[in-house]
Amino acid sequence: MKRFSAMERLLHWVNAAGFFFLLVTGLILYLPSLSVLVSRRQTVQGIHFWGGVGWLATLAAVLVLGARRLLATARELDSFDRDDLLWLRGRKTPQGRFNAGQKVNAVLTAAFTVLFGVSGLLLWFGEQDTRFRFASTVILHDGLMYFALLLLVGHLYLALIHPATRHALRGMTLGDVRVEWAARHHPKWEPEGVRIDARTRPRARWRPQLADADRSRRR
Amino acid sequence: MDSPPATEEHAPEPRRYGRKLFLATVVGGVSSLYWGKAAWDHVTGVVSPVASALAPIIPTGGWRIYTISGHLPGFDPATWRLTVGGLVEKPTSLTYDELRALPRVEQVSDFHCVTGWSVNNVHWAGVRMHDVLAQARPHASGHALRFVSMETPYVDYLTMRQASLHDVMLAYEMDGKPLAREHGAPVRLVIPEMYGYKNVKWLQGIEVVPQLETGYWEELGYDTDAWVGRSNGYGT
Repeated sequence: MKRFSAMERLLHWVNAAGFFFLLVTGLILYLPSLSVLVSRRQTVQGIHFWGGVGWLATLAAVLVLGARRLLATARELDSFDRDDLLWLRGRKTPQGRFNAGQKVNAVLTAAFTVLFGVSGLLLWFGEQDTRFRFASTVILHDGLMYFALLLLVGHLYLALIHPATRHALRGMTLGDVRVEWAARHHPKWEPEGVRIDARTRPRARWRPQLADADRSRRR
Repeated sequence: MDSPPATEEHAPEPRRYGRKLFLATVVGGVSSLYWGKAAWDHVTGVVSPVASALAPIIPTGGWRIYTISGHLPGFDPATWRLTVGGLVEKPTSLTYDELRALPRVEQVSDFHCVTGWSVNNVHWAGVRMHDVLAQARPHASGHALRFVSMETPYVDYLTMRQASLHDVMLAYEMDGKPLAREHGAPVRLVIPEMYGYKNVKWLQGIEVVPQLETGYWEELGYDTDAWVGRSNGYGT
């Protein structure tokens, strides 16, 4: 069954490609050992900056092109229901198309992108005009790199290694996922036109009645 | 069985936490332009033992290597000379050994880059400016010094007054080791009161000139008097 639209996948992979490109060129500027190895700092700095501008422009273009579909996605990512909040506290509550952790990851990634853009532009223009110069810009830009890298390591682990979740990679590459996998991991996600057969429903974890009763008792 | 089953009507409205998290992160990040450096300085003081353990992997030392040309100048002790010329009685050139034979001084000082990063407590060893200049005996008409890097066309200037500040030195050792190539081997200018771009690396010549001129970064818009915290748009 379909999990990610073409626009959602395009946005994801544009963001991923841009991030890796900027990570590599940025590390050349940042790590002394790599700076010494490459040493054409001015050139690398230009590539990094214009790469960043291209990245943000492409992201903006995808957002405009897919505005309607992506706005609906944003609304999904925006809303956290009771199950989501319990899930973040470690309960195995039933989740929708995005689980709460994926929502947090997506929201933080979007915020980091904005902050990378702001601090990067300030670094670039601050070199030419003191009005754009802040003592902490470089700390923000570098700090973001560390936070984004932490997020990425967790994301890559879940997408490539962790057995229970790595099937999701298929959703982000080809667009679709197995119905029984979706029923097990995203039971509250019931897109139109997809009937989830009772047999394909997994054993214990997916019990909506029981989960609901459980919740009302706690209330 | 004793509680009614939850229905759609009873389910609370989903909260819009996504946009709140987004805004909080963006606002927190942008506001860190004002508090980030202070917070970072505080944190590095606390975690420095951890940081030094990680030093081989991530650049916790805080140095970034800025160059202006395609490759780092090399140092050959057999051919390298530090020339002292211009408005002097006796133009001089020192070999590396002759430079090291001058009175040795050590100091611990902080290094600040104009782009915002700093390295605190750098342990320098080298020679004082007047011990070098004394070899050539500058004329009284020379009011400034021109520092020429092996990395062309990098030059920068200090007035005689600035160059005679008590903690200005020509450093050939950093943190107990001979100055590394990326830090300006074999000798660099150190003037802690001024931003890094005045601390010329890969020094090959000092010329006594009549007055202050425009150095490499000053041509690109940076201040000639690069006082830390009091120039280049900071503290003004």
